[in-house]
Amino acid sequence: MTKHRDRPEGNERFVGLSGAKVFHETLLDEGVDVLFGYPGGTVLPIFDVLYDSPIRFVHSRHEQGAAHMADGYARSTGRVGAVIATSGPGATNLVTGLATAYMDSVPMVAFTGQVKSNLIGNDAFQEADTTGVTRPITKHNFLVKRVENFSRTIREAFHIARTGRPGPVVVDIPVDVTVNTLQRVPEMELNLPGYKPRTIGHIRQIRAAAEAINAADRPLLYVGGGVIIANASAALRAVAQKGSLPATTTLLGLGAIDETSPLALKMLGMHGTATANFAVQDCDCLIAVGARFDDRVTGDVSTFAPNAKIVHIDIDPASISKNVKVDIPVVGDAGDILEKMLDFIESKDRSAWLKKIEGWKKEYPLKYETDGKIKPQEVIEKVAELTDHNAIVATGVGQHQMWAAQFYGWRRPRQIITSGGLGTMGYGCPAAIGAQVGNPGATVIDIDGDGSFSMTMVEVITAVQENLPVKFVVLDNEYLGMVRQWQEMFYGRRYSAVNHPCPDFAKVAEGFGARGIGVCERSDLSDAISEMLAHDGPVVLHAKVEPEENVFPMVPAGKGLHEMELGKLS
Amino acid sequence: MKHVISALVRNQPGVLAHIAGMFAARGFNIDSLVVGRTEEADLSRMTIVVLGDESVLEQVRKQLGKIIPVVKIRDFSEVAYVERDLLLIKIHVPAEKRPEVTQLVNLFRGRVVDVARNSLMVELSGPEDKLEAFIDLLRPYGIRELARTGVIAMQRGQQAKNDAALQNSS
Repeated sequence: MTKHRDRPEGNERFVGLSGAKVFHETLLDEGVDVLFGYPGGTVLPIFDVLYDSPIRFVHSRHEQGAAHMADGYARSTGRVGAVIATSGPGATNLVTGLATAYMDSVPMVAFTGQVKSNLIGNDAFQEADTTGVTRPITKHNFLVKRVENFSRTIREAFHIARTGRPGPVVVDIPVDVTVNTLQRVPEMELNLPGYKPRTIGHIRQIRAAAEAINAADRPLLYVGGGVIIANASAALRAVAQKGSLPATTTLLGLGAIDETSPLALKMLGMHGTATANFAVQDCDCLIAVGARFDDRVTGDVSTFAPNAKIVHIDIDPASISKNVKVDIPVVGDAGDILEKMLDFIESKDRSAWLKKIEGWKKEYPLKYETDGKIKPQEVIEKVAELTDHNAIVATGVGQHQMWAAQFYGWRRPRQIITSGGLGTMGYGCPAAIGAQVGNPGATVIDIDGDGSFSMTMVEVITAVQENLPVKFVVLDNEYLGMVRQWQEMFYGRRYSAVNHPCPDFAKVAEGFGARGIGVCERSDLSDAISEMLAHDGPVVLHAKVEPEENVFPMVPAGKGLHEMELGKLS
Repeated sequence: MKHVISALVRNQPGVLAHIAGMFAARGFNIDSLVVGRTEEADLSRMTIVVLGDESVLEQVRKQLGKIIPVVKIRDFSEVAYVERDLLLIKIHVPAEKRPEVTQLVNLFRGRVVDVARNSLMVELSGPEDKLEAFIDLLRPYGIRELARTGVIAMQRGQQAKNDAALQNSS
């Protein structure tokens, strides 16, 4: 939280302020130092206050971009991302960003303008039922009725967004609420009687979980994004170390454990490593931490981890036994639970199990052939090498996303910024910008595909305008690669609507005012990446890669993890 | 399997839409959903009859719990409770059959609330199965119109729980 300036305290200071000023004061109270968004008619009073505000305003080119920026900011910093848009189309353009954040439990507050209170329901200009539209894709939403409730509602929104299982919250603000003057001291106490997220794990459950782990010969940690959100990586690593527990992570859990550790099995699931998937099917105790047994992780649920007793640590009770029957549930904050569990975990010789895993790692490494055109995997490996596996990496969705997950070599939490649950193409470019805003000194890279990048590359303009040195690496195979891979494998190579001729992205970048670099020869790759990293400003690196490369391993949809296809690996 | 769940919710715009939307989005089957005021002005009670097995019921309970204006959830599957459903039914009854039907109404402790030349309107409350039985018996006469409120429920208090006479009367 940033303290902006010495400001008067107490709720009396709100009296006599316009709603817009109440909004601004409350945002400062909440420690908001950056707001992403796009102006418009119903939020004019708020933008008038932002004109000379200490809050940085990042002006995107599309509201969807602003939402993903707030999301990337939130994931990379652990703070609540804030975004604002006008009523009607401004609000509906946020929808994809909200759904993306909701699926991945990202703390975000979205403010939307609304038509005047007395016009609501009249089909007024730029009116949409924002709370109705966003209800199923937000953790909660509010329609502010009176300026007296405005400040408290904002505080409740931030509280809900950041606590429990985090998520996006919408505050819909009729324009008259921002214009009206607050006449009396408002009530500021949070009024949320039905909202009491359980954070402290039940000690008996923690002990029972530890006993099951201690009794196991082949335990396996299955680590999800909840560990990152809870800032529980250190506790997780300590537990893994003490108990000699190997760990595999979901896409959103990448970085919870350093992948150079012998205990790290990398990602599991549809495009997980063979080692991770074999280990899941072979383990006798599976300890899910902050993970939700998503279908991309489990494959066919009925054959998932068939020999394992299942321990599930999660802050959301509704995640327990939703997809897979859990033997020992522990509800609460992953950090709290793992720290307490550490005392109960016994050091045990598990060398037989670890040796078996080591054997799989040797027999089935992730690999690819480096003949012909540049391979997308080698671009990612080169970027990883030249950034010392230390960059913050955002991605779009598709093949490039899976290759980034497989090949970057993750070292620490909050390093990968990617849309897991919703699978939002176009997420990478704006999310990287948001991550750079939140981490000014860091190297931030968007590893993107030509399809995903095309959806939101307009936000490169935002990077130029805000002077953000984000590096956009576009892996161009001239196809919507993942769809093409499915059509190749399951639809007899009938390539329907996936052929996707692309513009010269380097030239587009130059037109936007960024640096553009193109590369199509393997011999130029290393220099091109170095040149990109050396440039102090936004760069788009357009890399022409092998068009028909496939992501392996792959568990076909509906199959069990042990039925994965290894492709060229075998 | 039928389960009765009751949720105490805050009286806020959109709460009903939120809960109904959650049921639809997650594919839960609702048999009935009743909303009404409670002893507290800013709280309403929703009584929901859900169809599904134990695991469905558990998910319903948990998903309801995630909705922020939901203050409290009570699941009646393992407690003694009283349930009531209110029925208004209009039956085709010519004058000569009126005594016969009225007798039936009395047997069920219903009330005739409207009489016309060829019809009767009856009010009856009770647990669902009682209402179903009554409706079945009236069917041969010809049902013109039927409206039901859906189930509301309340857990029994400690003393009443031991009162066999009271329990039987439901």
